This record gives sequence, structure tokens and C-alpha cells, in this order.
Amino acid sequence: MSAELRKHTVVALVEDRPGVLNRVASLFRRRGFNIDSLAVGTTEEPGISRMTIVVASENGIVDQVQKQLAKLIDVIEVADLTGEDAVIRELALIKVACTTEQRREVLDLVDIFRARAVDVAPGSLIIQIVAEERQFNSLIENLEPYGILEMTRTGRIAMLRGDQTTAVHDPESEELQRFRHSSGRRPAGELPYVSD
Amino acid sequence: MRMSGADIVLESLKRVGIDTVFGYPGGVVLPLYDRWPAHPEVRHILVRHEQGGGHAADGYARAAGRLGCALATSGPGATNLVTAVQNAMMDSVPTLFVTGNVARNLIGRDGFQEADATGILTPCVKHNYLVMHAENLAHTFAEAAYLATTGRPGPVHIDIPKDVFIDEAEFVWPEEVSVRGYDLPGAADEADIARAAELIDAAERPLIIAGHGVILGEACEELRQFAEHTGVPVLNTLLGLGSIPRTHVLSYGMMGMHGSYEANMAASNADLVIGIGNRMDDRAIGRFNDFNHHAKLIHVDIDAGEHGKNLPTAVPILGHVKDVLPQLRDATRQRSHLDWIRWIDEVRDDHSHSMAIPSGPQMTSQGVIKRISERCDDETVIVTGVGQHQMWAAQHMRFSYPNQLITSGGLGTMGFEVPAAMGAQVAKPDALVWSICGDGGFQMTLQELATMVDENLPVKMAIINNGYLGMVRQWQELFYEDNYVAVAISQPDFVKLGEAYGIKALRVTDADKIDGAIAEANDHDGPVLVDFQVEAEGNVWPMVPAGSALSETVEAPRPETPSEVAR
Ligand SMILES: Cc1ncc(C[n+]2csc(CCOP(=O)(O)OP(=O)(O)O)c2C)c(N)n1
Ligand SMILES: [Mg+2]
Repeated sequence: MSAELRKHTVVALVEDRPGVLNRVASLFRRRGFNIDSLAVGTTEEPGISRMTIVVASENGIVDQVQKQLAKLIDVIEVADLTGEDAVIRELALIKVACTTEQRREVLDLVDIFRARAVDVAPGSLIIQIVAEERQFNSLIENLEPYGILEMTRTGRIAMLRGDQTTAVHDPESEELQRFRHSSGRRPAGELPYVSD
Repeated sequence: MRMSGADIVLESLKRVGIDTVFGYPGGVVLPLYDRWPAHPEVRHILVRHEQGGGHAADGYARAAGRLGCALATSGPGATNLVTAVQNAMMDSVPTLFVTGNVARNLIGRDGFQEADATGILTPCVKHNYLVMHAENLAHTFAEAAYLATTGRPGPVHIDIPKDVFIDEAEFVWPEEVSVRGYDLPGAADEADIARAAELIDAAERPLIIAGHGVILGEACEELRQFAEHTGVPVLNTLLGLGSIPRTHVLSYGMMGMHGSYEANMAASNADLVIGIGNRMDDRAIGRFNDFNHHAKLIHVDIDAGEHGKNLPTAVPILGHVKDVLPQLRDATRQRSHLDWIRWIDEVRDDHSHSMAIPSGPQMTSQGVIKRISERCDDETVIVTGVGQHQMWAAQHMRFSYPNQLITSGGLGTMGFEVPAAMGAQVAKPDALVWSICGDGGFQMTLQELATMVDENLPVKMAIINNGYLGMVRQWQELFYEDNYVAVAISQPDFVKLGEAYGIKALRVTDADKIDGAIAEANDHDGPVLVDFQVEAEGNVWPMVPAGSALSETVEAPRPETPSEVAR
């Protein structure tokens, strides 16, 4: 099969409760879907977290990824933002080797890429860049000759442009919120020791 | 009202309609058992192994058509349940599995008998819960039962730490359950129905594959009406057997690895395949890439995840079969497909030898199974293990109503036969329940004989005793050049074994005695074990070798000896 591998940006809105990440990870592992990156954080709606998952796969597989994700009870909404008019960003910190003599050159590069130097040491710089994949790769290419000492990336996050949203505003009753929030979480304070 | 967690659990079981729990106690569930006498409405059946309890809940759920329940303690109790949970998952059986866990302050500290039950079971369930607060118990049970029984049914697991059973909370039963991440499909898309109807009206050689979903969705009558209206012949998957009476003129039985020759040829030559509540499993469909390239596929299922999962689908229809089938019937022309049906009939007649029961004086498994079937009434439930005897039961028994056959399809779990039959008998105390057992599978879970005696469950067990792990032996014979390794299986004296448990036990070594033994078993008021010592090396035909296409179905070698040819 000559199906083309493509990076898909899938957004899942999930219940903020213990075990959700495990369910999602378990699903990807079990069905053999590859995760390129995964970013999780809170949203505007209390109790709902947003996962942005980048999946490198054929189109048919991504359809399955979405359907299988949607089947998880803790997943409230799934959307594929690939090919949509969306803002897609990723943040990275790159520690690059750089002597004081090279510093000017590197800082020029940083400017060109609209990145920022966030830490300066005698032999190195930490550069922070918020960008899309292509820009990001090109900065790395340019930095490589100096020596990249360390790099960390947050993984992609994405949001549709304009009035459209992928958000869910389906607040639950207070009682349900309490239930969802406390499910699976250890209660605060000392517990009686109950063993057998 | 304030109650202990244990009381809330038992009260909740009643609220969700569970009247029987197949359970096994242990340290962490002691507080629950301590309160059981106060709740006599919930019958507790003490099984002999948690796997048995799990399969019993599964058999119960299928026979009763409602939620089954099994209970186990933490650690080894929970891990013993795993096979049964995955079995229920693969076959979409509405089941509730409850386990105890170590007390909350011991969780994560590798406490005695701690196992990460929710972690272990996450990929095996529709959903699961770890309940850390007694006040969440009632809601959790209500939600769990709702999830297990609606949409595509399946197992739901609730894990409860010991001290949560002891804690007290107000018992508040939720008026209604709604889960925002769980949408039941509404009415099917009109446009999909219209597109499907167009294909059905235009088809020359249409075919229905009816799966377990038709039975789970209680849409057997709707299936019959749709098939009769459109004149489309019906094949079944293993778990779909019984969704249309096998005696119906449009019923052509089981397709797949051991499906009938005509069923597999029909599936390979159809120009339109209408899958209804089936999941396009490889055992039914054969090699995916070579499943009938000429056929367009319509696929009706309640689970969107099944659409396009294994086969490209022209028209996926998302909805409840019970609603979709009448819609399709109303949208299509009334037709008959005489030429196409004649074609299938001719294939069947030309290949009638392919599933024929060998003649001669020897005792064949097929012969025994067919004779049991002939002595069943309309209420009889047939439960099987996994292997050759299972396939022969599927081929030769005439299933005519839903859930008449209870078998482990998706997971293919040997050892299912005894405990699942036990569960089915609990669900249908007055029905005749026959368990068609493998001599291998029987030895995996036979400890439940004791439970049957305790509960006086009159299950009839037919051990199809070929002295082999027969299905594996068949593969070694056909695909590994007769290299038999680890398939000859020794066994105890089954009659003595049955008697040791206090069960009536018979041995049949002679084909003439088959009928007598079946009649004796049927007439006996109590469990009966019959050791049918059948020929050792019979093979199940026809067969689609693993990895082959349905069109490559292989038939039994033609009879060779002159006398047989002459016949
Ligand atoms: C728990 C489990 N272990 C192994 C297998 C693999 N397996 C499939 S059929 C079979 C042989 C079954 O032997 P028996 O129960 O005697 O039935 P027969 O095929 O002889 O009718 C085996 C070992 C299985 N399906 N389930
Ligand atoms: Mg055997």
C-alpha cells in the first residue's frame, strides 16, 4: 500500500479525572497507533481537559483513531484539525553551545526566527521558540553547527481561527461535577489503617 | 438514608436489577459479605474460581438478555477474572464486574494482595471505576449499569477499596444517568438510508451477514421482515446464529473459517453485502484484502468504530438495528432473487458432501452433537467450549431463536463451556441447558461442578471426548505435516470424576447408545455428565485456512474407499 503518511492534529476534550491519560495511551498502544506528540492541559471549562495529539498515519487510520477515542467514555469530543484553518503552535527550549564570540551571530539567528534567548551562560544559550513545525526545523538546522546541547518540546497545540471552536460547553450539575472530580482520587487527610 | 458502603453496594445491585451475583470472597470484600445476609434479594452463588464466576455472569447475561454480575476479591481474585472480562468484551456481553481492593491508604504501596485491577482491566472493559468515596458508590453503580447495557453492550468494572465498604454515606440513587462523553446514536442518517436502499434495489446478488448485534439489539423479527421484503438471503456469523431460524428459507447458516461451502461462496460472489450488527471479524470474513472485490458493502452498526475498521465500506449506517432495519425495509422495493438463490442452492447441493457426517459404525463428534440437537426443544440452550466441537455444534445444530447458542466467539476461551452453562441455567432454571464440552476445555474449569451440585443446577454436559486438543491437532495435521506436539491430552475417568462430585455420569463408547444416553440425561432431574468417547482424529470441514480468502474454502477430501464412493 502506498498510502501517504501524514501528520494529523487530533484534539480530544476529556474529563479531568484520574486514569484518563492512561486510557488514551492504552488505546493508542493497543491499536498500534503512533503518537508523535501529546500535549495536555486545562481548558476554559472546569473539569474538562484538552489533549492535542499528533498522529503520523494514513488517512484511514486517523478515522479509526478518532472513532476509537470517541468511544472512550471519558472522552467528550474529538476533532481532527488537520487541514482546517487553525493556529498550530509548539514551544521548544533549545540549549545551544555558543562561545562569547559566537553569541552575536546566534542572537541574530534568534531574531530572524522571532525566537528569544531566555538564558545566557559563558558557553551556552537557551533559546525559546514558539512556532510551527517548519520554522522550528529550520531554526534547528541553523543552530546545529554550533552544537545543540539539549532540547525539549511541548508538543503541538492547535485552535481553529475565527468564530469556530472545538470547545464543549456542557457543564454538569454540581453533584455530577463533584462525582467526576472525586472519582478515583484519594481523599485528603489521614485514613484509618484497614488491613487484613 | 445513611448506610455503610457495603449496604450501598448491595442496595445499588438491586436497583440495577441484579438478582444474582457469582462471587468469591476474600479479605478486602469481607465487609461486603458481612452485610449480605441483610440483603436476601440478591442471591450469592459461591463459585469455585473467579474465572468461573465471570463466565457464569456472561452465560447468565446472554441467556437472560440482561445484566450479569460477578464479584471477586483484590489481587489474585481480580486477576483471575481477567479472562472472563475480556471474553465479555469481545462478545459485547452486558456484565458488571465488581472487585474489592486494598484499603485506600494502602493503594500504591504494594499492600498485601494489591493488584492494579483498574489498570489491568482498562483495555478489557467498556469502562471502569475506582471508587474512592462511599458517597460515590450509588452513582457509580447506576452509571456502570447504564453503560454496560446501552449502546454496544459490554463489561464494566468497579473496583472498591476495603475501607470504602466500611465508610458510611447517604444513599442517594440518581434519578437519571447522563454521561456527557457517551452519546447513544440517534436515528440513522436519512441520506445513508437512501443510499443503502438504492444499492439494495439495484443489487442482483445481495447478501445479509447477520451478527451478534441483531440478537443484542433484539431485532430478530425486524431482520426476518427485512430479509423477506427484499428477498435477500441471510448468512450468520458464529454469534449471529439464532438471529434467524435456521429453518427459514432465506437462512443459509454460518459463514467463515468453518462456515458452509455455499455460505462462503455466496459471500465471495455477492454483488452487495449488507452487514448487520457484525464486526467483520477475520474468522468470518477471511483475508480482508481479498474479501469479495466485486461487492459493495453496507454496514449497519451501533458502534461507529466498527465502520471501516476492517473493510472499506460504501455505506456505513450508524444506528440501532431495531430502528434501522424497519427504515431500510420501508425504503426498499419488495423483491425476490430467485436466480441468485438458485445459484446458492446449486452450490449447496453440488457440495453437500463438504459438511456431511462421515457414515460408518464409528462414533463421530458431529453425530453426537446432531443427535443432541435433534432431542432439544425450543427452549433448549446450547453452550459450547472452543475447538472442533464448537464448530461442529455451529454447523450441525439448528438454532432457531436468539441466545439459543451461547459460545465464546471473539476471544475463543476454552473453559467457557462449564461455567457459562451454569450461568445460563441460573438465568433459565426451567430450560434444558446442554453444555457441549471439549475434553480439553472441560478440564480447564471443571471445578464448577461443585457449584452446580450446591445450587442444584441440572446442566447436561456432553464431553466430546476425542482425547485431543482437537482443533490444534487438526492444524498440526494439515499445516504442520502431522507433527503432533502437545495435543494428545490425558484425562481422568470422567465418570468417576462426575460421581466424585455427586453428579450422575454416563459413558458412551458405542454409536448405538448415543440416543439412550441423551434421553437418560434429559430425563434426570439434576446435573448429568456424559463422556462421549468419539473418534480421535475427525476434522472440521470445510475450512478456510488461516490467512486465506473466503473464496479459498477447502472442502473435505472426497471419499476414497470404494465402498464409500459407491454409496
Ligand atoms: C484458554 C485457551 N487456551 C488455548 C486455546 C487454543 N485452542 C483452541 S482450540 C484448542 C483445543 C481444544 O480442545 P478441546 O477442548 O478438547 O476441544 P476439541 O477441539 O478437541 O473439540 C486449543 C488448545 C484456547 N482457545 N483457549
Ligand atoms: Mg478434544
